[in-house]
Amino acid sequence: MLPNSFEWAWDAGHLLFFGGMWYTIIILSLGMTWCIFKTIMDTMAGKGGGDHH
Amino acid sequence: MDSALIPKGANRCPFPVFATGIAVVGVIVLWGVYAMGLCWLKGLNQTNMNDYYGFALWIWADLAVIAIGGGAFFTGLLRYVFGIDELKNIINLAVVIGFICYSSALLILAIDIGQPLRGWFIFWHANVHSMLTEVAFCLSLYFSVLTIEFIPLILENRQVDKVPFFHNLSHNMHGAMAVFAATGAFLSCFHQGSLGGVAGVLYGRPFAVREGLLIWPWTFFLFTWSAAAYGPCFTLLVARMVEGITRKKLVKDNVIQLLAKISGWMITTYIVAKIIDTLYWMLVTAPALGFSVMDFYTDNAFYGIWILFAEIVLGGIVPAAILITKKYRENSKLLLLAIILGVLGVCLNRWVMVLQVMAVPVMSFDTWALYIPSWQEVATTVLPVAYGVILLSLAYRYLPVFPQEKELSTEK
Repeated sequence: MLPNSFEWAWDAGHLLFFGGMWYTIIILSLGMTWCIFKTIMDTMAGKGGGDHH
Repeated sequence: MDSALIPKGANRCPFPVFATGIAVVGVIVLWGVYAMGLCWLKGLNQTNMNDYYGFALWIWADLAVIAIGGGAFFTGLLRYVFGIDELKNIINLAVVIGFICYSSALLILAIDIGQPLRGWFIFWHANVHSMLTEVAFCLSLYFSVLTIEFIPLILENRQVDKVPFFHNLSHNMHGAMAVFAATGAFLSCFHQGSLGGVAGVLYGRPFAVREGLLIWPWTFFLFTWSAAAYGPCFTLLVARMVEGITRKKLVKDNVIQLLAKISGWMITTYIVAKIIDTLYWMLVTAPALGFSVMDFYTDNAFYGIWILFAEIVLGGIVPAAILITKKYRENSKLLLLAIILGVLGVCLNRWVMVLQVMAVPVMSFDTWALYIPSWQEVATTVLPVAYGVILLSLAYRYLPVFPQEKELSTEK
């Protein structure tokens, strides 16, 4: 639910529940975006492939 | 046939043997899927739930798999946030188990809501006064975290790793894993706790209700603590089972001993808190509500005082004593006994807090409601177990789940 939804209320329950949910989603999304962005950069720089572990 | 996919230096059984095993377990999966289809197509009248008894067998299974899957968040926290490096040798297994447990829990919830097409309602039309809403939010998000933690392991498959993009992605995800692990621990604390909180706030059911801190009943903290304490026991048990089936040593003893010791101290602190909580409930909470303790353990064919003894002594004190004592912990038979008792203990705790809560009579004219699940409920409860066996088998065969496997096989 977002604040523009008709069910939304500016109370502690909505702020805590949905604040926590969107905050977590943003952290996970930013984390994955960073990983994918860095991977694209690394791959374009010719890193990786084969048995490098 | 599939040797190009098997990790380098690892020995696996011939493909036809593996495929036969998967097919046998697959039959159980199909049985469960059929029962699940019945629940979705015909409705929850396929179960033996009713207006009085609203929690099916699968809700116990749901809480049990979430508890024993707690090894993933706790081991991840220890490995990535507290930096206990030895645990890198068992973290992959913990993540696979966590992924299986949490995907199973979500599957069970999808069956339990009866109309899965409306599953998204809980996110959009949320009741923000419900602990179960918090559970749904945290469970779904934590499953996303587990998926993120599982991806690098999949990308380390021998063939996938040859692709530079996937190799780099796996490497970079490992680099950012502390952020994901910390997020996962935060989410786990809340959904494990809220599952306990659901029982603790049942003011109409004196068997479950507890006092607490602010809005959180003591069961909130006990559930989180017990998941962190007993989850590693299940990780160790699965490791031991895989070693037994494959007849190979897969994890070094120092790693097993370390995780067992941590689990032992966690169980010790948990069981002390649980005993205090139980005594306070026996001596203060229940009498204040007009009940004596034995009201909850007599006048029925199943729930006797034995269940309290089994949960606290056999499933708590005994495994804790074995796991924190070096001499006993280093005895492989006693270690196995302790981790089995631990896993059974936490499952029994969830049984009591879900099914016995529903069974205890509340009104003076009530009688015990001894619920017998329908075959559809049994099949859908067995389904996640069979699915877990298949996924773990596939992961073991094709992914480097046990990083020490090659070294241990050459030592032999």
